[in-house]
Amino acid sequence: MEWFDNGWGLSLVVFLPLVGALALLAVPKKDEETAKWLALFTAIASLFFGVVAAFRFDYGDAGALQLGTKLSWIPSIGSDYEIGLDGISLPMLVLSAAIVVLAIVYSWDHWPEPHNPKGFLILILFLATGMAGTFVAQDLVLFFIFFELVLLPMYFMIGIWGDKSKVKLPGFNREVETRLYASIKFFLFTLFGSAFMLLGFLALGLKADTFSIPELADLGASGAFTGTFAFLVFGALFLGFAVKVPMWPLHTWLPDAHTAAPTVGSVLLAAILLKLGSYGFIRIAIPILPDEAKSWAPAIAILAVIAIIYGSLACLAQTDMKRLIAFSSVGHMGFVMLGIATLTPVGITAAVIGMVAHGVITGMLFFLAGSMQHRYHTREMARLGGNLKLMPILGGMLGFTAMASLGLPGLAGFWGEFMALLGSYQPLEGLSLGVFRTSMVIGAIGTVLTAGYLLWMLQKVNLGEPKAEWDDHEFHDVDKYEMAAWVPLLIAIVAIGVFPKIVTGAANDAVQVLMDKAFF
Amino acid sequence: MVTAALLGPAVLAAIDGAVERSDGGVLAAGAWLIVLVPFVAALAITLFGKRLPRHGAELAVAAVGFVALYGTALLLTTLFGDGIVHEGAVKIGEFGGFEIEWAWVVDGLSIMMFFVVGVVSTACFVYAVGYLEGDVRPTAFFASFTLFAGAMLMLVSAANLIQLLIGWELVGVSSYLLIGHYWEQKENSSAGMKAFLVNKIADIGLMIGIIIAGITVGSFTISKIMEKVVESDAALDDVAVIIAVLLFIGAMGKSAQFPFHVWLPDAMAGPTPVSALMHAATMVTAGVYLVARMFPLFEEMAHEALDVALVIGAITLVIAGLLAIVQDDIKRVLAYSTLSQLGYMVAALGAGAYTAGLFHLFTHAFFKSLLFLGAGSVIHAVHSNNMSDMGGLRKDMPRTFWTFMIGSAALAGLPIFSGFFSKDEILAAFREGDHTIVFLLGVATAFITALYMTRAISLTFFGRYKGDGHPHESPSIMVYPMIGLAGAAATAGFINIPGLTDWFYKLVTTRLVPAELLGEHATSFDWTALGLGVLAGVAGIALGYRLYYPDAATQQERDRLYIPGLWPVLENKYYIDDLYMNGIVNPIKGPVARFINWTNSYIIDFVVNVVGFATRSLGWVVYSGIDQRGIDLAINEAGAATGFAGSKLRYIQTGKVQQYAAALFGGAIVLVIGFWISVT
Repeated sequence: MEWFDNGWGLSLVVFLPLVGALALLAVPKKDEETAKWLALFTAIASLFFGVVAAFRFDYGDAGALQLGTKLSWIPSIGSDYEIGLDGISLPMLVLSAAIVVLAIVYSWDHWPEPHNPKGFLILILFLATGMAGTFVAQDLVLFFIFFELVLLPMYFMIGIWGDKSKVKLPGFNREVETRLYASIKFFLFTLFGSAFMLLGFLALGLKADTFSIPELADLGASGAFTGTFAFLVFGALFLGFAVKVPMWPLHTWLPDAHTAAPTVGSVLLAAILLKLGSYGFIRIAIPILPDEAKSWAPAIAILAVIAIIYGSLACLAQTDMKRLIAFSSVGHMGFVMLGIATLTPVGITAAVIGMVAHGVITGMLFFLAGSMQHRYHTREMARLGGNLKLMPILGGMLGFTAMASLGLPGLAGFWGEFMALLGSYQPLEGLSLGVFRTSMVIGAIGTVLTAGYLLWMLQKVNLGEPKAEWDDHEFHDVDKYEMAAWVPLLIAIVAIGVFPKIVTGAANDAVQVLMDKAFF
Repeated sequence: MVTAALLGPAVLAAIDGAVERSDGGVLAAGAWLIVLVPFVAALAITLFGKRLPRHGAELAVAAVGFVALYGTALLLTTLFGDGIVHEGAVKIGEFGGFEIEWAWVVDGLSIMMFFVVGVVSTACFVYAVGYLEGDVRPTAFFASFTLFAGAMLMLVSAANLIQLLIGWELVGVSSYLLIGHYWEQKENSSAGMKAFLVNKIADIGLMIGIIIAGITVGSFTISKIMEKVVESDAALDDVAVIIAVLLFIGAMGKSAQFPFHVWLPDAMAGPTPVSALMHAATMVTAGVYLVARMFPLFEEMAHEALDVALVIGAITLVIAGLLAIVQDDIKRVLAYSTLSQLGYMVAALGAGAYTAGLFHLFTHAFFKSLLFLGAGSVIHAVHSNNMSDMGGLRKDMPRTFWTFMIGSAALAGLPIFSGFFSKDEILAAFREGDHTIVFLLGVATAFITALYMTRAISLTFFGRYKGDGHPHESPSIMVYPMIGLAGAAATAGFINIPGLTDWFYKLVTTRLVPAELLGEHATSFDWTALGLGVLAGVAGIALGYRLYYPDAATQQERDRLYIPGLWPVLENKYYIDDLYMNGIVNPIKGPVARFINWTNSYIIDFVVNVVGFATRSLGWVVYSGIDQRGIDLAINEAGAATGFAGSKLRYIQTGKVQQYAAALFGGAIVLVIGFWISVT
């Protein structure tokens, strides 16, 4: 297995989907079966190697980069093909490879209009390479390329397969097509952040004469980057990552993108794409610029708790079920960012498990919302109701996942929230206790609001008697493709809740090493 | 992975040497089964229940029956052998320096709870098999009901505060499911939400309390925290009051203490067996249990928190007792009665009477579950919750009547019935602590208790039947659990008679902490407290008999007649619910949430859109003004390069994006080149 450990394994995880996508180009558009099987096969192969990586991974040394390689790539600017896996990237990598497989399985019989499975699958596979690549890249240029690679497929997914209804822009006297507005907004917003992020990367790379993330982290820990330079670079990185998370007030692309996106697009967006931002903070911004991280941390914490409260309150005002779930992401990612802002091992480990948990839980919620839209042809909660009666299994799953989403202890969502609050009681030494402890209390209040809007949603959608308009309607409960895509997520929600070591076993040590290097 | 962990030597040395201790052997080491079996059963019922002949009820009953047997075995072993004190743990994760464990503690306190939860659950579950005959969705009910019991067992077996919190919230969520069991009606699902959310608010206190305790001590393990209490650790001492008050806030939610009591009466929306279990052994006892479990912390380091508990308990016991007098719904009478009795328990703990508070929890569990099952039996027969539809039922339902009488006698504290001993011990504790006002409130509430129970019995079982149809006695499967509980309600008090028996005291003080931190057992009756308590009870019965026994006008008219000034206040539950709804919930759900959403659309997004449109206009200016007159070549090249994208984009009329992309990337490249030049 030496070949596997020398970077080939990880490269396979990352590039197999891309190879699959290219191969799909050669498949005739009409031959949907071949396209589907080919896509599924490459996604499963990628996941398989991801799982092999998890088994080859040395958990005793989770803080070190493993299974990676460093090959000369663009010598003229000093950028290398440097990849590697530590305890933080491992769970994210496996998660993203798994979600891609589930997305393809779900798509099997649920193609959004205008159909064209071949094109849709190509985009999913492109996304898979971008996401997996971001989590293993250990070179800033490489990271940037993967980070940006996810942008285009998602843009096309929303723009072509998205919601065709018209929407009136608040404050403007014009109507636009939802999918167009949402896709452009998503693209430009992210690109706006990325442009700054790229500047930050280039500044770091040119200053230090290397783009290698571990090397930059070593330099950063020894105090190589200081003063205005460090401040500006952190600010640039902050913008890039904060848009992606998204942090308040840079979040407004998210509800639109989610609402307009086809089901699988929403799932991938919520489950993985948002994590690229928070992962960037943990992997790049904090280790390379630890002192700046310290001075920015209180601001991040404040924005995070604003997001928690704001997101939850906004949820209470929604009438569209998918939009409600989208806004819930704002609040949940607020907890992740609060954990990160504490700059403590507890808080950042909480953020990692929070990212994974949000990935499986909110991914599942979007699957469910999509399937409900597919059946009811509406997302308006006022028209839904009694779903549990019409479709007991789907309704039961929705209830269960909503419980997980509100952070019910014993399920996956609890650990990230609770431990982020724990971390904020005692943030890194030198950080303002006042700010962080206040944040803790506000965050704890946020958990009540979170419970409030989710229970309210359940009451409107799931409970009560079905509306009269559905009387003559035939509803099919969960079908076999949905079952195959969802059961693994449900199992993961319980498993991570009952045995959080699935994530922390690798992540905790890695975070500890990262923090020790940066701050001690 | 399983470490049959044993007690730190330091703690062992601190334990009262007079009592023999053992680690309980295999029985205690396997106690995790008590928690696991109900959870597995709940899962199995969810997945396969529908295919079973009794829709999963058989699995549910088997699971709690197993718990009852295991609890009884532990109880007998610890009472008649050496006292069992055991902790075991499985590590499940770590966050920074904090290790997270599934861990179970088997000591006198948790064994007492295993026994109570097991026995009362078994009675309620068996009863439920009859009660839910023909229900719309029995499988969902029994799955949630089993989860409910399992969650409570997880809570009481928790050796660390995280697990306690997990059990705590799982109790909350299963109560939500059960209260809202008939979710077709909005009132029911709203009642479930109310219970969940009120508890969740109180849980903020619990969560933060746990966080502060965990960080201060460096561990969430309760015995480690107790070790620090015994050592009088200075760091813990500094924050002990805050921790204790925060934990108590959590306890106020679950144990429905004022001002968090509002959820409990509405929780009546669930099927009656749920009420019986919720009001007796699970859920509402959780708060009392939490305070008892953490009692040494309160007693040694946070006396102020005990004072808070005393005051809150005293307020609750009176205001809830008064509310019980004016209810027409028989279950609501019992619900307010539960609040009032919980007030006794909390106030007892607040007065430092650890054993008395737990003893009342113990006896109350039997007689209150009995009363609820009796009420359910009546409701089952007359198809109404309202006492104005009942009356004269003693002839039609003799067994329900007699068991209900025994339960009422225990609740009213009539001598030799179980409630008599436990309530007397609490009243004595108030006197001993010189809490005269609380003592007098306690006596007054004893009077009120006897009054409302006499009223309920008169209106339900005596006089003339006012409902429709012909009520008849419930089936045996419902009656036998009542008879069993009646036996317990009559006799449970004998295990802790001052000067005669001290089994209960010995049981609940068999813990990992020195017994002297848990108070002492009275060696003789406090005759003044006993005399006044009994007198108040008899007076309450006499007045109730005088007022309600003759069957004349309807019950509402009587109530209006006899308490005119108080009636509207009590009928509106002191307006507390209105205050919460109109003062907090509705504003947040309505204007506040809408305002936030408005901000999102009209401020943040407006800025975004303005920037977007402005840029596009600028683009047009640049395009038509500069580009078309000079450098169109570069743009054309870019357009050709993105030909595929472009055709797609034009097809869906989005045209402009690659221009932005090109512009932004172009800008970045210019900046890169600038950097490059300035650096080199």
